[in-house]
Amino acid sequence: MNVIELTGVSKTFTLHNQGAAVIPVMRDVSLSVAPGECVGLLGASGAGKSTLMRMLWGNYLAASGRIIIAGTDVAHAEPREILALRRDRMAYVSQFLRVVPRVPTLDVVAEPLLVTGTPDETAKAAAATLLTRLRIPERLWSLSPTTFSGGEQQRVNIARGFIRQVPVMLLDEPTASLDAANRETVLTLIEEAKARGTAIVGIFHDEAARDRVCDRMIDMARFAA
Amino acid sequence: MNPLFTVRDLEKRYGTRIGCTDVSFDLWPGEVMGIVGESGSGKSTLLSCLAGHMPPDRGEVHFDGRDVLAMSEPERRFLARTEWAFVHQNPRDGLRMAVSAGGNVGERLMAVGARHYGDIRETATDWLGRVEIAADRIDDRPSAFSGGMQQRLQIARNLVTGPRLVFMDEPTGGLDVSVQARLLDLLRGLVRRLGLSAIIVTHDLAVVRLLADRLMVMKGGRVVETGLTDQVLDDPQHPYTQLLVSSVLQV
Repeated sequence: MNVIELTGVSKTFTLHNQGAAVIPVMRDVSLSVAPGECVGLLGASGAGKSTLMRMLWGNYLAASGRIIIAGTDVAHAEPREILALRRDRMAYVSQFLRVVPRVPTLDVVAEPLLVTGTPDETAKAAAATLLTRLRIPERLWSLSPTTFSGGEQQRVNIARGFIRQVPVMLLDEPTASLDAANRETVLTLIEEAKARGTAIVGIFHDEAARDRVCDRMIDMARFAA
Repeated sequence: MNPLFTVRDLEKRYGTRIGCTDVSFDLWPGEVMGIVGESGSGKSTLLSCLAGHMPPDRGEVHFDGRDVLAMSEPERRFLARTEWAFVHQNPRDGLRMAVSAGGNVGERLMAVGARHYGDIRETATDWLGRVEIAADRIDDRPSAFSGGMQQRLQIARNLVTGPRLVFMDEPTGGLDVSVQARLLDLLRGLVRRLGLSAIIVTHDLAVVRLLADRLMVMKGGRVVETGLTDQVLDDPQHPYTQLLVSSVLQV
């Protein structure tokens, strides 16, 4: 039973204010991911890797096809169904951290657990454990991550993504800009998630990381429009 | 589960000019919807019709199964101060400036039947704390508060009676950017923690990105696009939404 199932998915961008230019990005995408499996997306810059990830997350709209993730068709679901999916069954580690200014790092990381009703203490303890594993010094936990370095922000993002145990994870270059020790920690986190049965779709430019965690690679060239 | 607030084919005209038309949506419990659009797009007209400040010319509005437009004026007013709340852009429109901060909050409690002075003062103090106003300011008048504090007081006054649906008209408009961030964080926490449904009208896309679950984009009195907030902002489909999103200055 696959937890991610894409059939006949296509994507075009129509730029209405630039002469209504229509840019086809991909067509006829079919993809299945089983629990515990990690699939890596391959392709040159502009091939549509990030676009496909965003279609899975639901912030890009598919032009056609079905995107079934843990029981929800993201391509056709109502906003509240997609929000419920993101809250309960899916996590996304993007390359950018987007947070409300002045919220402390510990709360930023704990938030995905708090919104599912986990008690404050439990959620913050889980956040502290992950931040420690990812070597974010405790003196920074009470500060907003908006002023952190790129690598620190990325680790906060990773901690936030891995704090819940969910059936589906999307990882966009999770090891970019990390030092060797933190890279190792992130790869271990990915392996632990897989062992728990999480299905993962990721973009990994780091070849050694890719070889270690990916079970399969999909070349986006197959879906070129 | 049923929608909390249902709107069908709502229309308001000013003479022959369209204020808003063809507006339909369902708002679910705990859902926060943003209405965005430039000045004159009809978003404030729509909010006034939804909140019962202005009668629409056509359409239906149901709250929790009750037909709001068929209510008598006293019934509607009772609803507006119990299960609904309205946060104005200008706190002076939502506060009583000659009454103390504690009085502003306590008055709402008394309006729904609270009579015990000690309880009222205690609840008012608790709410001032929740909106980050120090307890020793409880006897000060709002005129002695900064703009940001006045706005936080207005929020406390509105939320103290435990409404289920909150209307907000540009709640962060007119505030310094640093004060806006604090207010947004506060609003976000309160809305999530209390499980409120809310409709927020704003022209500030950063505000809806942080607060709203979904968006309705208006132009010329009509809804031109709806959807999940980050989908509408990251992958806008309508020409007007594309223009709106691409016009935001990056900092």
